Amino acid sequence: MHVHDSGAGAYGPYPRKEDARFVRGQGTFVDDISLPGMLYGAVLRSPLAHARIVSVDATAARAHPKVAAVLTGADLAERGLAWMPTISADVQAVLATDKVRFQGQEIAFVVASDRYAARDALELISVDYEPLPPLIDARTALDPGSPVIRDDLPAGTGNRIFDWTAGDKAATDAVFAAADVVVGCDMVYPRSHPAPLETCGIVADMHPVSGKLTLWSTSQAPHAHRTIYAMVTGVPEHKIRIVSPDLGGGFGAKVPIYPGYLCAIVASMVTGRPVKWMEDRSENLMSTAFARDYHMHGEIAATADGKILGLRARVLADHGAFNATAQPTRFPAGFFHIFTGSYDVQAACCEVTGVYTNKAPGGVAYSCSFRVTEAVYLVERLTDVLARELAMDPAELRMRNLLRPEQFPYTCATGWQYDSGDYPRALQLALDMAGYDELRREQAQRRARGEYMGIGLSFFTEGVGAGPRGQMDILGLAMADGADLRVHPTGKAVLGISVQTQGQGHETTFAQLVAHELGLSPDDVEVVHGDTDRTPFGLGTYGSRSTPVSGAAAVLAARKVRERARLVAAAMLEVAPDDLEWLDGKWRVRGDPDQARGIGEIALAAHSSLRLPEGVEGHLDASAVYNPPNLTFPFGAYICVTDVDPGTGEVKVRRFIAVDDCGVRINPMIVEGQVHRGLADGIGIALMQAIVFDELGNCLGGSFMDYLLPTSMECPSPELGETVTPSPHHPIGAKGIGESATVGSPAAVVNSVVDALAPFGVTHADMPLTPANVWRAIQGRPIRPDLALS
Amino acid sequence: MKLTVTVNGAEYSRTIEPRLLLIHFLRDDLGLTGSHWGCDTSNCGACVVWLDEMPVKSCTLLAAMADGRRVTTVEGLARGDVLDPVQEAFAACHGLQCGFCTPGMMMTARWLLDRNPDPTAEQVREAISGQICRCTGYENIVRSVLRAAKHDRGDDDARP
Repeated sequence: MHVHDSGAGAYGPYPRKEDARFVRGQGTFVDDISLPGMLYGAVLRSPLAHARIVSVDATAARAHPKVAAVLTGADLAERGLAWMPTISADVQAVLATDKVRFQGQEIAFVVASDRYAARDALELISVDYEPLPPLIDARTALDPGSPVIRDDLPAGTGNRIFDWTAGDKAATDAVFAAADVVVGCDMVYPRSHPAPLETCGIVADMHPVSGKLTLWSTSQAPHAHRTIYAMVTGVPEHKIRIVSPDLGGGFGAKVPIYPGYLCAIVASMVTGRPVKWMEDRSENLMSTAFARDYHMHGEIAATADGKILGLRARVLADHGAFNATAQPTRFPAGFFHIFTGSYDVQAACCEVTGVYTNKAPGGVAYSCSFRVTEAVYLVERLTDVLARELAMDPAELRMRNLLRPEQFPYTCATGWQYDSGDYPRALQLALDMAGYDELRREQAQRRARGEYMGIGLSFFTEGVGAGPRGQMDILGLAMADGADLRVHPTGKAVLGISVQTQGQGHETTFAQLVAHELGLSPDDVEVVHGDTDRTPFGLGTYGSRSTPVSGAAAVLAARKVRERARLVAAAMLEVAPDDLEWLDGKWRVRGDPDQARGIGEIALAAHSSLRLPEGVEGHLDASAVYNPPNLTFPFGAYICVTDVDPGTGEVKVRRFIAVDDCGVRINPMIVEGQVHRGLADGIGIALMQAIVFDELGNCLGGSFMDYLLPTSMECPSPELGETVTPSPHHPIGAKGIGESATVGSPAAVVNSVVDALAPFGVTHADMPLTPANVWRAIQGRPIRPDLALS
Repeated sequence: MKLTVTVNGAEYSRTIEPRLLLIHFLRDDLGLTGSHWGCDTSNCGACVVWLDEMPVKSCTLLAAMADGRRVTTVEGLARGDVLDPVQEAFAACHGLQCGFCTPGMMMTARWLLDRNPDPTAEQVREAISGQICRCTGYENIVRSVLRAAKHDRGDDDARP
């Protein structure tokens, strides 16, 4: 491991550059864009989960005086755009032509001169449906009599999307057969939704003369979107510019391309005018990227004294009506097979079956590190189930099985190569911060008084920063990211990056990265992002990949600039380049450090008439493309303390202790903010957030009155700790932090509640642990959390 | 219908559809895009502005209901170039990430501090409990409001 220290010290809790505009209300979000002559779009959506479309009649809507155009599936079919490819090698209907396959599916698109008129006109479209029996319960998807949802696919496909296995099944079965103890658990990771506060939307402007298509879009991956739009619409890629301005959160929901985007593009082509489409909250919750929806059966094998030997899992994955999950191509279950977690396990095997249901498409959205969150939940829940079986303390059981520092780099039973870690140190720090032994004593005293207090642990390992060329791609695109660094004559720099902030503070963090390498102030580095005409290609921000991939590219570009500067500095000082060393932010003559030149002076000289040595081009600009050699593996130890009211089932999160190790921290203030966010996610997902359906496929989570998000009253003041184990292969040793707490915290909350309910004999309860569900668990009558049944 | 309303101290007269929501009037008719539209159901509070001196959710208020009254939005929070201590504190305490809920949060915070200059953390949490932030987990919003309160009370530690 080599952390290059320029001595400039630009890392630290630097105030965010973004904030000046946001606190004045001067951010620019997509819905803030207004162009002359702009029209407004609205989507007609299916009220039914499964029905054949007999007819769509838009005559009356087209006659509305404020309506400029109406698009139906038939209109798009004429252009070959009624269907679009998904990121998972499936197709998805843009506007339905044959059937509707989930409630909220797109059927027609109206553009009118104002928002309200567009909505009015939707009501003038007449659709004749022939209802079909819906398939809502994923567990019946493969039954012989179940309705077939995707009759557009080859006969015999049925509702099965994929079967996928990782690990050595025979070896795992052998370990299980020989083990002293085997325990298992059925668990549901319910469907949830990331619900960024800004919904999805676009302003599409097809210029009728230049042929340039400009899109202001809520996109976490503007460059990848540009390529996909070019492939789908036939507009040449150099004539497409995507501007992803300020995003009001994303969390994965703004990775996919949605039908509304394509409708707005076609509508702009048809009308010759700019078209804005912003979905409303119900549309957002009912039709865009859901997350999770994993039905899991896990088993863990161990010795009688608590040495974990093996893990097995069978998963039924509900992918909704179209397989549109956003993840690297060869990983249909994402990175779920990292489910051996943080433990030294001899053998492991998981089998995942993906199925279609009459629900919204999406998947792998919501800060999950490509389904590491489901994997962590499985192994951490199983670890607690094992602890209960063995009558061992769950902290002691974890400490006994955690990987030891000397085992890194470590190749786990399913093939992931963990880069670095000191797990026992992180867990011990969390236990010390929590006062763990004292908490257990308090719990015993409270139990004696009939009070139900829970202490839940979770130890997680993520794999982030996708991904290595040759192993990972999205639609054939390698997951590399570029950086483009220009240093102006006065020594001020502009960095163009391919990734897209949704609140993570890239404009600040990336300026710090460059400033640190070049001995500049972060104030002297302007970061440009979210405009494909002004930034280099890259796959975007998701899976915690900005710092691991794009951050590395920025550092490499800055180091190229520094080496160019060395040649110019040598000419300025009339010494050989080898006689210079980089020290305290300047190139200095070895042995005579006062003879020095900083980047500001060197930049001016590089643009001046200074006579340059043979082969030195002048200027300092440089670019880089980073291909990560491996993922990085952040980890952490979380402890959640809850109090449960046995009369109402209400859970109160009293404390949350979170120790995170994300390698080298560029801006600790921003890192802590990311952890705060993820802990709120964990509390929300564990206690209240679930997208639930009734037996007809009606989405019961279609508004913020029904899909509950945590407020200031449910989220505690987190207690944060850190350890720093640099990644050995990242240029500055950073690992990524954007999703750690969302991945790691739900298991700690559930383990805490189940621990609180131990006196009732409860060994497992499924999320969301709402008061009603907790109360049912106490009564010994748990319910299916994914369905409004029973 | 004709609407006359004073927004951030300036009077505006416009002809509007009676059904026009206040949030759309502010954003689309007046171009004051600092207030955001997040949920339609009064749950998220991204649209919070003041009607006279009271925070309201402008996505569930008709613009017509503001006729003859005063509306204050985030654009009216600073006095000229001088930021409100609440604005300073949100930046100083990392009380925002994506910035979408921030205007509404700050409007509620200023309202609270005008009535309760020395709130407890619990009172701050109560005040913002009708609003949703998806980025901060609320902790740094609470710290921001408490810092702004210190500044209002003249504590030099909380000055920028």
